[in-house]
Amino acid sequence: MSATADKTLAVALVGAVLQRNDRHVLDHVDLSIGRGEIVTVIGPNGAGKSTLIRAVLGLERLDAGEVRRAPGLTVAYLPQRYQLDPALPLSVRRVLTLTHTAPEARLKAALDELGVGQLLDVSALRLSGGELQRVMLARALLREPDLLVLDEPTQNVDAAGALEIYQIIARQRARTGCAVLLVSHDLNVVMAATDRVYCLNGHICCSGKPADVGRERAFVDLFGAAAAKTLAPYTHHHDHVHGPDGAPHPHHHH
Amino acid sequence: MIRAILAGLGIAMVAGPLGCFVVWRRMAYFGDTLSHAGLMGIALGLVTGIDPIVGVIITCIVIGGLLFALQFQRRVPTDTLLGVLSHSALAVGLIVVSTMQNVRLDLTAYLFGDILAITDVDLAWIYGGGFAVLGALAFLWNRLIALTVSEDISRAEGFASTGVRLGFTVLVAIAVAIAMKIVGILLVTALLIIPPAAARRMAHGPEAMCLATIAVGATATIAGISASFTWDVPSGAAIVAAAAAIFALSIAAGTILRIRT
Repeated sequence: MSATADKTLAVALVGAVLQRNDRHVLDHVDLSIGRGEIVTVIGPNGAGKSTLIRAVLGLERLDAGEVRRAPGLTVAYLPQRYQLDPALPLSVRRVLTLTHTAPEARLKAALDELGVGQLLDVSALRLSGGELQRVMLARALLREPDLLVLDEPTQNVDAAGALEIYQIIARQRARTGCAVLLVSHDLNVVMAATDRVYCLNGHICCSGKPADVGRERAFVDLFGAAAAKTLAPYTHHHDHVHGPDGAPHPHHHH
Repeated sequence: MIRAILAGLGIAMVAGPLGCFVVWRRMAYFGDTLSHAGLMGIALGLVTGIDPIVGVIITCIVIGGLLFALQFQRRVPTDTLLGVLSHSALAVGLIVVSTMQNVRLDLTAYLFGDILAITDVDLAWIYGGGFAVLGALAFLWNRLIALTVSEDISRAEGFASTGVRLGFTVLVAIAVAIAMKIVGILLVTALLIIPPAAARRMAHGPEAMCLATIAVGATATIAGISASFTWDVPSGAAIVAAAAAIFALSIAAGTILRIRT
């Protein structure tokens, strides 16, 4: 990981390559997140979305390329999967203050914002999936990071709850000016709150503003016309199509 | 007997919090490997003429560092590797010790612990080493808890690094080395694992669980040492059996309370 001199940049991947079992999980991925920008990574299952954000966080070793990060950048991370081990007794309060401390009132306020204010002194091992998800999100927000990295923040949460969570993320950005890197499946909900989208399938298929990406041929190939319509009213042709192996091939116009 | 109980209480105090982390981080096999390697440390002490406890501490730290490095390899599953190393270390240790015919060595005392063999030097090691280990553990405490709850979050947020894990490995190695004399090579892991398992149902937070673990360990130690003196049974075995009895009671009590409520 190297520091960057670009003051507008929070973090970037440059030519990131990551191989596993001779397969390219990340294939020359370039991605950048500006300070205060909300960036969403979308893509089919197995596209390498979680691996990509783990690479951004320095949790995966790259085979080539590099991570550039603004010096002194504070990070908060909500992983896609975490399991609390019943062998370790832990209160919600303890989960919230895992990597940083905050005054009592702020702990309570953070939980209240996510609608789980009554859980502060409950054992974290007794929470439902949705409750734990909200507590973990509250923990990440409490850290007031420069870069908030959320891997599917609305899993285990219903549609109304998902909308609310994206509004909370947008408020956090407006209030603290943090950059946000999201992985999400909720195309229609997330796009409203996203500045830029990267569409990933091993490599970056397309990227840009949500409405522009919806018109890309590569996006339609991956997600289907219905998904594209939620982003943009019409579609246009792109310069490559995906073969059966997911690799891009030049697209021939007929 | 006073000296034996002092030694046992010192060890219970150190083994309690470390044992909790061994349980939380699922490192039972790791503890086994370290303690089995301890026999080689005793041989090292006998060959070089240094105090066996120093030989064991050095060996445990070296093996601990080696195991730490090996967990980054992907060729052999970690638990398989530990299983292989644990028992080969014991085998090699037994062979080395048995070839040293010029030294008279009470192998049973090393394998199962010998409370009567506790010297003032051992006591100094237990309390000196013990307080150093507990101090270092207190220093690393919050980062170790975070690392245990989520390694990914701790690393991503720059809160705990590989260095913290290596530090913890060294602490376990030292604790195993100083506990070995009293409970024996084959039973050290039991002293790390059983008290936290018994204390789990008594506590709602990590710190409370550690205190409960120390209480369980101290009770088992006093009961075991008394039994050892009274009936002339191996001290380590008696302590572990007492801890196991407390564990069984805590499970039974927990089950009864759950049925009632």
